[in-house]
Amino acid sequence: MSEPERDDHSGVETTGHEWDGIRELDNPLPRWWLWVFYGSIVVAVVYWILMPAWPGLKGYTPGVLRQSDRADVAEQLQALQVQRGRGETMLATASLQQIEADPDLQAHALSVGQSVFGDNCATCHGAGGGGARGYPNLRDDVWLWGGSLEEIEHTLRVGVRSAHPETRTSQMPAFGRDGMLNAAQVSDLTEYVVRLSGRPADAAAVGRAQQLYADNCAACHTPTGVGDRLLGAPDLTDREWLYGSDRNSIRGQIHNGRNGVMPTWEGRFSPGVIKALAVYVHVNAGGGEASGAAAAAP
Amino acid sequence: MTIIIDRTRDRAAKTGPVSVAEKQREKNRPKGLYKARVPIYPKLVHGRWRWIKWALLIVMLAIYYITPWIRWDRPGALPDQAVLVDFDGGRFYFFMIQLWPQEVYFITGLLVLAALALFLVTALFGRLWCGYACPQTVWTDLYIYIERMFEGDRNARMRLDAAPMSFNKLWRKTGKHAVWIGAAFGTGGAWIFYFHDAPDLIRTFWVGTAPMTAYVSCAILTFTTYVFAGHMREQVCTYMCPWPRIQGAMLDDQSFQVTYRYDRGEPRGPHKKAETWEGRGDCIDCNQCVVVCPMGIDIRDGAQLECINCGLCIDACNEVMDKVGRPRGLIAYDTDAAVAARNCGQKPKHRLIRARTLYYGIALAVVGGLMIWGFSTRKTLDVHALRDRNPASVRLHDGAVRNGYTLKIANHGFEAATIEIRYAGIPGATLRSPGRPASDPLSLRVDPNRVTPVRVFVTAPADQVQEGSQPATFEIRSGDEVQTVRTAFDYGETR
Repeated sequence: MSEPERDDHSGVETTGHEWDGIRELDNPLPRWWLWVFYGSIVVAVVYWILMPAWPGLKGYTPGVLRQSDRADVAEQLQALQVQRGRGETMLATASLQQIEADPDLQAHALSVGQSVFGDNCATCHGAGGGGARGYPNLRDDVWLWGGSLEEIEHTLRVGVRSAHPETRTSQMPAFGRDGMLNAAQVSDLTEYVVRLSGRPADAAAVGRAQQLYADNCAACHTPTGVGDRLLGAPDLTDREWLYGSDRNSIRGQIHNGRNGVMPTWEGRFSPGVIKALAVYVHVNAGGGEASGAAAAAP
Repeated sequence: MTIIIDRTRDRAAKTGPVSVAEKQREKNRPKGLYKARVPIYPKLVHGRWRWIKWALLIVMLAIYYITPWIRWDRPGALPDQAVLVDFDGGRFYFFMIQLWPQEVYFITGLLVLAALALFLVTALFGRLWCGYACPQTVWTDLYIYIERMFEGDRNARMRLDAAPMSFNKLWRKTGKHAVWIGAAFGTGGAWIFYFHDAPDLIRTFWVGTAPMTAYVSCAILTFTTYVFAGHMREQVCTYMCPWPRIQGAMLDDQSFQVTYRYDRGEPRGPHKKAETWEGRGDCIDCNQCVVVCPMGIDIRDGAQLECINCGLCIDACNEVMDKVGRPRGLIAYDTDAAVAARNCGQKPKHRLIRARTLYYGIALAVVGGLMIWGFSTRKTLDVHALRDRNPASVRLHDGAVRNGYTLKIANHGFEAATIEIRYAGIPGATLRSPGRPASDPLSLRVDPNRVTPVRVFVTAPADQVQEGSQPATFEIRSGDEVQTVRTAFDYGETR
């Protein structure tokens, strides 16, 4: 080994490495740095002993502490279930009216309902439940299938044209598309429906459509046009229109007969959560309708 | 004249005596980037100010340790601790006062009040806070007392530190540090009682089921107490605390401070018993004021950054003056102006009422008045109306318009309240809260000590629908207390 080279200026040995005339001094590492380094080694060994560390053929060394993120998550979920259990039990055992009338239970149902609504219902009905064209507004007092607590809960449970065996179903035929009525008849009927909602319409057309309405529409929408909730037939005399109120929209609906779909939530949510959701929708519809209002409405 | 001595700059070479600490500083100055702490060995002194300091130490430590154990009966499941910062429940309890997190401005006001009081006291009487009441001073005093128990007074401590390691030195040092750590643990241990129910925590703490925050806080406080009061002491005041820097702006030549009366003391020099006192000052240069100083300074250099105004040098000097038969008060609480006046042979005048003290006094009175006003007009019920924004308004089948609101009713009291809610400003509007019987006004019960959210809906009839958004109010009546909460009613798009 050759004689170590010394730097003239500082008197410190060099490493013998040289780059572009720059040589590296071989100063010792700072003591504290070495301590940190040795300390890290000690920490690593302690970590191997305490925590899961080494992979094996069939698994890994579990460590003395037996720490497991999976088990932690399971435990936290369990704790959450216990924590929610009380509220869930109360929701499941109390009646819908009791839930709504008790301030604490109502608050609980509203918070449960809000999060479930946001995750599942808002996609179609909007985050505030205000609905959109083709998707009913849940905040007003117009209900296709009834706005009492029980009816809302029932709709939530079985859905509309859903996979549920007891699903709610209504059928608006596509009169024009399926050739049941010709274009002129559809136009006449459109005028008749506009008239039903109290707006000015072509009197001649209305007269021509009188019999058409009685033959094709009155069965569901009733002769006076107020609709029938048992059949899910909308009221044609009010100012709210699911698919639009102008003549083109009405004509389009008579021609094409669109029918919306709502999934069944039974099995997806526990009965308690469905109750909470029903109360949430009912409360946010300004208290909705009292039970039994459906029969009285038309 | 106030002299603030900035130790970060080199001073011009000076003659005459300088403190031990100053000599050490000069010796250490050129070496390296950081300098080692110069050990200070304050000598025990007796006298009026020392006595006051002991008394205050006992009183303040007693307050600190006893306060969390005072019980205060509160209704229901509320904590029965007189002073409690309840993070879990989100409440601050102070005897009959109960503060919610949103009332943090009362704490802000209290801090402003404390700051202004500090300004006023400093302008009048110098750094009384630093010398007598600051926890750093109190705990350092306690730690020096413990140190003295094991290692003896100044000279004994200096000898012990200089001596090589021996059994005697080992047990004294070990004992001192053990008691220090014990005292530090006592400090941190008492602190956590302010945040949890004390009788419950003292049990759970030892069985290991107390909250982690209690252990961590206790450990941190133990560590800082041990380090600050045991090892860093005057360095905390000199290097870490901003107050010594700020004090320069509070003090003027009319502020009472621990002052060396140079008019009487100079020219100083040793004095033999038989010698005359004619033609010389009273200072016999005995250095007693320096050796008792916990900050390691020489008060005869004038007012300085490090001086905490504890008055121990006054006691030391008075003792010496008694011995040599000169009047007391060569070092005393005095003003720079008074000393300067005496130096010129004039009669000193003390002015407590000055522009500065008036400002501070007025500011203190104003903030104090605001606090009293805030507390006296504090409402039991705090109501906020949150208007629904999505949808902002809902049109009903007959053309009527409905708006939804969430009323957040905070009942700060300890008893349930029955309130009546009216809605005003919108013609023909009806108010309804789902799940509650319809009535006008809407009557409901709000639970004590919590926020009750209430969903309410207001419907304006179809024949009275107006344009756009109109101002409206909720009127909330609870007993004789009526509150008006402003909001708006949105008629939405007209069709």
